[in-house]
Amino acid sequence: MSAPWAVVLIVGVATMAIKAVGPVLLGGRPLPARVAGVVAMAGPALLAALVAINTLGDGRSLVLDARIIGVALSAVAVAARAPLLVAVIVAATATAAARAVGL
Amino acid sequence: MERTFRDGLRAVAPLAIAVAGFGISFGVLARAAGMGSVAPIVMSITTFGGSAQFAAAAILGDGGGVAAAAAAAVMLNARYVPIGVTVAPWLPGGVISRFLRAQLVVDESWALAAAGDGRYNPRVLLAAGLGLYPTWVLGTAAGVLLGDALPDPTTFGLDAAFPALFLGLLLPQIRGRPLAIRVAALGAAIALVLTPLLPVGLPIVAAAAATLLGLRAERA
Repeated sequence: MSAPWAVVLIVGVATMAIKAVGPVLLGGRPLPARVAGVVAMAGPALLAALVAINTLGDGRSLVLDARIIGVALSAVAVAARAPLLVAVIVAATATAAARAVGL
Repeated sequence: MERTFRDGLRAVAPLAIAVAGFGISFGVLARAAGMGSVAPIVMSITTFGGSAQFAAAAILGDGGGVAAAAAAAVMLNARYVPIGVTVAPWLPGGVISRFLRAQLVVDESWALAAAGDGRYNPRVLLAAGLGLYPTWVLGTAAGVLLGDALPDPTTFGLDAAFPALFLGLLLPQIRGRPLAIRVAALGAAIALVLTPLLPVGLPIVAAAAATLLGLRAERA
């Protein structure tokens, strides 16, 4: 099995199980507060790591290139509460423009 | 007055447009990340969780392994455990009905169904889920087709679209929440420091250690 298909299979099965745990198994009993506190932080921790690596990472090294211009401008768009799709298009366009002028 | 299924459909319509655009982005980026044409669409059908799918595609596109891509995606979807717990008391029917309704729960449908006092409207939850699911899947298919037509993705700055997207998902989760801001800063720092030391993808998985700051959430 190729890598993408293996990921699709694992993540699909795991997500179905994760979504079903509360409604099917727990039947409405609350999670312990400490567990809930840790799970609630998965988004901030992993999304911030993904922002950092996808902006500065190049394989196993860190580089400063045209991406940082696009990401910085998209941050301005997000801070101004622009829709996600607009922020993404801003990032791609600015990065492409910066590359076109040789940055 | 209790909201109906039709109220749910009406409420979800503007969100469905945004989710279609999000699906298109996923199709384009997953295609550019080397996931092929069919796998991204099957992933949208079976996973139905945007940020996890983007994370998996980003890590695979960077040359990361199956374990790192799957682990990061599964951890991003771990929030559906507490979300499932909150809606569980309001889901009707037997085990199969509850299982199927649970699969349709996503952040947006959960938010729309909230009555504000810890109660959830099952008709709005179902309507919103049924409204968003086909737009997500069809958006992904459209994005894959669009991605097929594009040449080298870096020419169009698509590699910068990934971090912009993650940033757009991150900011609403940390805005005005000091603990979440500290967790995000620590997660980013862990990932950057470990990048030269670990195989691609694993630094992102290691950043999950920052969630342990959440142990103190009950005292915050």
